[in-house]
Amino acid sequence: MEPRPFLEIDGLAKRFPAPAGGAPLTVFEKVSFDIAKGEFVCIIGHSGCGKSTILNILAGLDEASEGAVIMDGTEVSGPSLDRGVVFQNYSLLPWLSALKNVTFGVRARHPDWSKEQVLEHSYKYLEMVGLTQGAEMRKPSQLSGGMRQRVSIARAFAIQPKLLLLDEPFGALDALTRGTIQDELIRVWSGSDQTVFMITHDVDEAILLADRILLMTNGPYARVAESVVVDIPRPRNRAEIVHQPGYYEIRNHLVDFLAVRSREMAGSDKGNPSGMNRPVTVRPALDGGEEDPVEGPGTDNVFSIAR
Amino acid sequence: MAASLRLKAAVVSILLLVFGLGLWEGLTPTVKSAEEMTEYELLMGGADQEARVPPPSDVIGRAWEELSDPFYDNGPNDKGIGIQLAYSLYRVLAGYFLAALIAIPIGFLIGMSPLMYRALDPFIQILRPISPLAWMPLALFIIKDSQASAIFVIFICSIWPMLINTAFGVAGVRRDWVNVARTHELGPLRTAFTVILPAAAPTIVTGMRISIGIAWLVIVAAEMLVGGTGIGYYVWNEWNNLDLTSVIFSILTIGVVGMLLDAAFGRIQRAVQYQE
Ligand SMILES: Nc1ncnc2c1ncn2[C@@H]1O[C@H](COP(=O)(O)OP(=O)(O)OP(=O)(O)O)[C@@H](O)[C@H]1O
Ligand SMILES: [Mg+2]
Repeated sequence: MEPRPFLEIDGLAKRFPAPAGGAPLTVFEKVSFDIAKGEFVCIIGHSGCGKSTILNILAGLDEASEGAVIMDGTEVSGPSLDRGVVFQNYSLLPWLSALKNVTFGVRARHPDWSKEQVLEHSYKYLEMVGLTQGAEMRKPSQLSGGMRQRVSIARAFAIQPKLLLLDEPFGALDALTRGTIQDELIRVWSGSDQTVFMITHDVDEAILLADRILLMTNGPYARVAESVVVDIPRPRNRAEIVHQPGYYEIRNHLVDFLAVRSREMAGSDKGNPSGMNRPVTVRPALDGGEEDPVEGPGTDNVFSIAR
Repeated sequence: MAASLRLKAAVVSILLLVFGLGLWEGLTPTVKSAEEMTEYELLMGGADQEARVPPPSDVIGRAWEELSDPFYDNGPNDKGIGIQLAYSLYRVLAGYFLAALIAIPIGFLIGMSPLMYRALDPFIQILRPISPLAWMPLALFIIKDSQASAIFVIFICSIWPMLINTAFGVAGVRRDWVNVARTHELGPLRTAFTVILPAAAPTIVTGMRISIGIAWLVIVAAEMLVGGTGIGYYVWNEWNNLDLTSVIFSILTIGVVGMLLDAAFGRIQRAVQYQE
């Protein structure tokens, strides 16, 4: 028997009760996928399809209407320090300085640490996101959007969770900072056995970072329709990745999905020939975009996670 | 620019003050000397003269007198202004802190629990509009001590703004910040102290500031009723003595102390304020 995957998402659905007179709203349903330990998974889909909702359910902050999330063999029933979250809107505590926002997390994680240990650990992560030399003493309201997001990233990384949940973490960053922090993210991730689940709108970012990219159809009744394996060896380099064989196949596949199929497949089981709720695994880099219904994600060692 | 505006405002304030005082002084009839008095007036011992509104110069003179020895104590009906104010402040602060001790935790409870909010709401709605002085007879009957009754009246009048503002502030804490506490596995007590309290602090302190203002308004009336000591009693006592100079002086003192109390809370408010 094969070992259970690190994270199992099984038949997730989110429905909102009907507003007076209307029909109940099903944001998404039949969302099932697995994530292996140490895997880096990105999820892409149009605005409003329910990505943040899925992430919040994984975090234990929101409850699914149906289905379950199982991490390390136990069902997720509430938030935990094992799952660190970078929220879409930063969610920094505005009355604390950037530094205090980070120590807030570190202290919660390591209640037994001395003040110096907490400070030292926090500074390590603030340096990682390039927030030092006085900026760390400022309140969030005195920081730019990008700087706030970096504090939020430092706070999540500093607690060293088993699973990192990132909701568009680089959305507010300029291209330069974005690149630096992407590199740092990869560096921190590859030096650990952390698993990352990240929402992004940026196709190139997803290809650069992810082992696998989940594609969601449009809502309502959104689903995770495809699981695209990024067969590009690591370490990947921003400048060179575009010259890698298979890069454009993957990129075209993603863009085509977002432009056309996400709409075509919306609210139906079309394009899911296996009839199961699992997303179809696609490896555009290997077979030029042909679907490969035999191998399901997480069932296996399909992912050679090259680090 | 801002500084020059402030300077101009200060100049206008002083001009208004000088003009007002001058008008008051000018409109006040001067005291006739004994030779000028009619026979009737002499027979009345000059009582008519006493009943006039004193000019500001008299009030300033009295203020100087009182403030140069604020803590003298010549028996129950003749105590310095400092002693009277100390009595009033003691009652206000005692009642106020008792109220805070109860209002803030209960406000937290109401703010956190929609059930408790609904359950307690009818009581709050009925009790809140009652004039604090209406409680006085009941308080005197049950407590049987006029000092404690005055403190109780302060307690009852300062509890509502603090209770309501705390509940409002706590209920309005952004969901995101509570989620931050949840993802960091903070217990209920740590969440309350490290996230909800600082998040709701500006609203809570606003309630505390309103409460202290009301308490200072009510203490004067309460002390006029219960008597004995305090600035309210002092005003009433001087009125009975027909010493209007002292009445005006004590009115001004009440205003100044009220302003200082408010300023202190304004300072606390600024300290807990944060910008989103
Ligand atoms: N309380 C609610 N009642 C009804 N519908 C809701 C409620 N909360 C969220 N929704 C709906 O759920 C859907 C998913 O929201 P979610 O925030 O997960 O989208 P998203 O995929 O993260 O979008 P974006 O990319 O813009 O962040 C939205 O269409 C939204 O309208
Ligand atoms: Mg979102």
